[in-house]
Amino acid sequence: MHSIGYRANALLTFAVTILALMCAIVSLSDNLNSPSPTAQVQVLNINWFQKKPDGDDEVSLTLNISSNLQSLFTWNTKQVFVFVAAEYETSKNALNQVSLWDGIIPSKEHAKFWIHTTNKYRFVDQGSNLRGRDFNLTLHWHVMPKTGKMFAEKIVMSGYRLPEAYR
Amino acid sequence: MDWQGQKLAEQLMQIMLVSFAVVAFISGFVLGSFQIMLLIYASGVLLTSLITVPNWPFFNRHPLKWLDPSEAEKHPKPVSANTSSKKKTGKK
Repeated sequence: MHSIGYRANALLTFAVTILALMCAIVSLSDNLNSPSPTAQVQVLNINWFQKKPDGDDEVSLTLNISSNLQSLFTWNTKQVFVFVAAEYETSKNALNQVSLWDGIIPSKEHAKFWIHTTNKYRFVDQGSNLRGRDFNLTLHWHVMPKTGKMFAEKIVMSGYRLPEAYR
Repeated sequence: MDWQGQKLAEQLMQIMLVSFAVVAFISGFVLGSFQIMLLIYASGVLLTSLITVPNWPFFNRHPLKWLDPSEAEKHPKPVSANTSSKKKTGKK
């Protein structure tokens, strides 16, 4: 501590150490928040449903997604990434996940939303297994914090069924 | 900066930084704003460096009193290693 250089060095290293500690405590404080998000997805219409020339089934849906993710936001939340996936079981794969729509929620004000959309990404099966298939629509989200640990969680909505015939 | 001043500067630095960190965290948590926490802590670091880094006069209140050069000549250092006792060198 005998010269300006040594004092500046000691101060900076100590300040940065404390800053790292503060960030760690901030990340831990996220555990105090117990979120209660809600989501509903309605399949309004099957726009078309066909077998592609290469033999894979593809379907186009119109969806109404409404969700309230405001309780996910804390003082340490930078943004929330959210996506809707169709999940179903076939004889080949125990779990098929097809992402149909996604979005980035930048702030708490935008976390309560509803959107009327066709599927943003193509709903194509690995094969020809979609006729009469029961499937779940799952709302997944990833919470991206300003500092610390990322969280991921989901809401599963079941009871959807594709038609028996192509159209 | 004298010895007492260095001790004071180090203690001031540690106490100030820790208390600013506590204040920043609590106000950030209560107001729900990460940015406020960072701003309070950054201004705390700035203030602390203004207080403890420059060589301010109040760090120099306990100057060391060195012996006068003439006093040192009256009691010179031992000259060689083969003189065993202190008395002998003192007489010389």
